[in-house]
Amino acid sequence: MADESKVPPKPENSQPDAPGAPPATKSTPASPAVPKPAAAAPKPPASLQIPLDNDLSRRYRARFGATILDAVEDRKQHYLVIDAAQLSEIARYSRDEEKFDLLEDYTAVDWPRREKRFDLIAILYSFPHNIRLRLKIPIAANERPASLVDIWPTANWLEREIFDMFGIEFTGHPGLKRILLPDGWQGHPLRKDYDILQQDTAWVRENLGIESGQ
Amino acid sequence: MADTVQDDAMEKNGTLLGADELVLNMGPQHPSTHGVLRVKLKLDGERVRGTECVIGYLHRGVEKIAENRTYQQFAPYVDRMDYVAAVSNGLGYCEAVEKLLNVEAPPRARVIRTILTELQRIASHLIWLGTHALDIGALTPLFYCFREREEILKIFEKYCGARLTTHAFRIGGLQYEAYDGFEKEVERFCNDFERHIQEYVDLLTGNSIWIGRTRNVGVLSAADCIAIGATGPILRASGVKWDLRKAQPYAAYDQFQFEIPVGTNGDTYDRYMVRMEEMRQSRLICLQAIEKIPAGPILGKVGKVLKPPTGEIYHSIEAPKGILGYYIVSDGTTQPYRVRIRPPSFVNLQAFDKMVRGHLVADVVAIIGTLDIVLGEVDR
Repeated sequence: MADESKVPPKPENSQPDAPGAPPATKSTPASPAVPKPAAAAPKPPASLQIPLDNDLSRRYRARFGATILDAVEDRKQHYLVIDAAQLSEIARYSRDEEKFDLLEDYTAVDWPRREKRFDLIAILYSFPHNIRLRLKIPIAANERPASLVDIWPTANWLEREIFDMFGIEFTGHPGLKRILLPDGWQGHPLRKDYDILQQDTAWVRENLGIESGQ
Repeated sequence: MADTVQDDAMEKNGTLLGADELVLNMGPQHPSTHGVLRVKLKLDGERVRGTECVIGYLHRGVEKIAENRTYQQFAPYVDRMDYVAAVSNGLGYCEAVEKLLNVEAPPRARVIRTILTELQRIASHLIWLGTHALDIGALTPLFYCFREREEILKIFEKYCGARLTTHAFRIGGLQYEAYDGFEKEVERFCNDFERHIQEYVDLLTGNSIWIGRTRNVGVLSAADCIAIGATGPILRASGVKWDLRKAQPYAAYDQFQFEIPVGTNGDTYDRYMVRMEEMRQSRLICLQAIEKIPAGPILGKVGKVLKPPTGEIYHSIEAPKGILGYYIVSDGTTQPYRVRIRPPSFVNLQAFDKMVRGHLVADVVAIIGTLDIVLGEVDR
């Protein structure tokens, strides 16, 4: 990362968009859906994302076949792209057979231009093997993936946060409701079409008695 | 504070209040909730039968802010999460972005980072010890702990000009060289600190009130911890000898000798013992590190404009409170496409309900203290 790129940083957030503005607040064109080797950055190593073919990924493929959509290595870290339909089975297998006993983190990424709008990202850690594996689960906007709470109880709050921030609903969650934002809040702030200056003004007016929270 | 209104959430969960039960609302404005944690306690007399944590009062949308800042601009924001361990937050973030850029901080920077991070761990544990003891009724340790913490903050202030939200590190290394006499001051602190730990031990470890209030309170088994995702000293107190600094070393931890303290019962007393030992170990790491600060540059080859290649990274460190992870997605521009922060306090707080059930109201305060949460990090 030499000094060669003298592009000034983007003016941050100069356009206070009205709600409902076009998706993707960033000015960059076409952020690729699943990072493909070909789409890697202009500079150094031509492809940072290379196909993964190790024992672990082979075991997953042997067991789940076409449900494992892709296996990728990115900067020495491994992830599997899996079909949401088999999420519970794969998760259970990961915990029981592959000994990924800790769900270290569970989150989502919004790709508004993609057909399957969201990626769920489950970061698994195995205490016995001291390795990490990411599961990437592409889901459509109206899809309701299975909850992982009965496999890893820690998913409870993590899924509530995903619901809060992205509006993804999980089936089988014991009490899916907002966790960080107030219950009556409208909108899901980490979606790309939710502008950084946007807020639920009606809620703010009613509950805080002020015109704006800014 | 008492609020006997029936609670709809608990009703919905099928836990209707019995005739003798009431709901007590604790916080968000309560000194022993360590910030703006609000807990609804379902009580049967003095016994806790169920809880519900209400969080988010300090939510600032840190992850959203990250998507609208450049990589460097976002760095100071992470200090505002766990604001009593800002240096640790910064280390995790800088290392994550370095991994994303595929650059490494130079050896000198890594050792100085390690020293400052370990001092921060001691400072964070001192806040925990002081407030935890205060919550349980021991007033004196608070003053001792803050006295030592002050020495650490003075070192930070001399190093980077700030005491609390330090922004001590930069992506690629360090902005500032260690000041003249840095090693000496760290060494002096470490030498004095040995005596000071003994003072806390004299006040608490054998104190029968302390033991009575902490033994067998808030017990978590190792399996419980892993299922609920509790990490850090909480996990170690339950007997799991695991520390990311050893398991997957980062910064310069692979160069230094230290032990991972573990407990056996997983109760509040064990967590106390584990954190006390961690402070001793951090002190030893600092003493080893000041002997071995290599010469050389402090900032790696990082451009003024950071444009990490498209892709993603997850990097986590052993923060004073547990695993602190950063998941960053780059779309090749100067701003991250997505930054997800895995906060240890948020996940650890999930264990609260399990720990509290069946205990007395007075133990709730002890258990919030032993979880060592910081609401800036829980709510982000």
